[in-house]
Amino acid sequence: MRRFLLRLAFTVALPAVLLAVWWAASDSSTDVYWPPLRTILKTFPDVWTAERLRTDALPSVLRLAGGYATAAVAGVALGTVIGSYRRVRAVCEPVLEFLRAVPPPVLIPVIMLFAGIGDTMKVVVIASGCVWPVLLNTVEGVRAVDSVMAETARSYGITGAARLRHVVLRSASPQIFAGLRQALSIGIILMVISEMFAASSGLGFTVVQFQRGFAIPDMWTGILVLGLLGFLLSVVFQLVERRALGWYHGLRDSTRRSR
Amino acid sequence: MKGVNSALGAAGLAAFLALGEAVPRLGLVKEAYFPPTSRIAEALGNELADAAFWTALGDTLTGWAVGLAVAACAGIVVGVVVSVVPYLREATASTIEFLRPIPSVALIPLAVLLYGNELRSVLLLVVYASFWQVLIQTMYGVQDVDPVADETARSYGLGPWARIRYVLWPTALPYVMTGLRLAAAVALILTITAELVIGSPGLGARIAIAQSSQAVPDMYALIVVTGVLGLLINVGARSVERRALAWHQSVRGEVMV
Repeated sequence: MRRFLLRLAFTVALPAVLLAVWWAASDSSTDVYWPPLRTILKTFPDVWTAERLRTDALPSVLRLAGGYATAAVAGVALGTVIGSYRRVRAVCEPVLEFLRAVPPPVLIPVIMLFAGIGDTMKVVVIASGCVWPVLLNTVEGVRAVDSVMAETARSYGITGAARLRHVVLRSASPQIFAGLRQALSIGIILMVISEMFAASSGLGFTVVQFQRGFAIPDMWTGILVLGLLGFLLSVVFQLVERRALGWYHGLRDSTRRSR
Repeated sequence: MKGVNSALGAAGLAAFLALGEAVPRLGLVKEAYFPPTSRIAEALGNELADAAFWTALGDTLTGWAVGLAVAACAGIVVGVVVSVVPYLREATASTIEFLRPIPSVALIPLAVLLYGNELRSVLLLVVYASFWQVLIQTMYGVQDVDPVADETARSYGLGPWARIRYVLWPTALPYVMTGLRLAAAVALILTITAELVIGSPGLGARIAIAQSSQAVPDMYALIVVTGVLGLLINVGARSVERRALAWHQSVRGEVMV
């Protein structure tokens, strides 16, 4: 009980202090760009009504989910193929290295040419930016499958889909998740800026609208919402990862302890 | 084997370029949207001959380098202090876990209001994004210090500074290098993003201008330039890493986060 309370104190103390400092420092602020925290919090419920969440936050999240899921499936599928064949990998490697190095936001103008400025554009932008970390990490993971394990599986006659599922993808999954994690933060960046470019709804659009209209406290609430969204998505990701990679973390802990 | 691989890689690159030439020529996609490789190459040649292009490249590299340097120094110092001072790590953990996933592009409206399209608004985004990469890796590295080595140093009477220099720093360096490599890539992404969205001078702004004036081949040429820049930064960061860790028994693999 005491340890729990101590941990709780450690978790809450600094955020509380920081918020208090922000509150106190900004309380009598007359600077237009730094409104008092009180004003921001007071504006928050007025701006982010259920209606607004439905018309702005939901489309953003759906676009992100669509693009991210497409990228994850395509990245793992292509990565497994490329990683499994040495020759294919050698042919593709320089091209992939180049495509990965292109900063994803510059794809927005290109994709706008093909897909206009609708939802398709945003989903394609998110997918085409997120796919590279997933793809390259899958290639690395599939390539690094333990050869003893692969040969044991072969001598037990495990081939085809079972081999793919239980040996190849399973042993590549820590790497795949590392790629998915990188892809998530790229996906959020692309979600926001694709909406800043051209949109009629979405979080990025709304925040920029507030900024252009000099609705400064509203803009601050938008920044807070984007921050909260980023934080929530990373919490969800961690939960999924902990479930999916539970065996791996356990294995790593036990080898670390026995060392 | 290595020769065969690079030959195959060159063949892959050649096939990619040829595909880029053939697809629009055969009319599979509109040439206005996707110009053939040769037209992009021509536009690239024009860009390279243009002095304004080199100014833009210089602006982008300045934003990238200054932002990365600030983030690296701050990340390393804060990371070491937070891990060394007792209880500070526990006290800051929740704050770091909360602030880290906040997308730096959320700060774009604030940057625009505060600094307009000056270099400072680019730096705000770049520093915020790359700081966490360095900080987290530095903290992992300091955590990895062998307690036996640390206590040995202590019992030989090494002071705090000597222990940081000779025990903590060599242990943390491989992690710090990983953090710097990741931060270098993130910093480029954010520099270009800021220029593209906010319009600070640089390659990103040039891409935005090419887009709004319908100069499609130039836009593709500039995108190729950013890709090459990203590639050079990746390769450069890797070679710096190898050089800085030449003394290390094995240049360590990627740290799983």
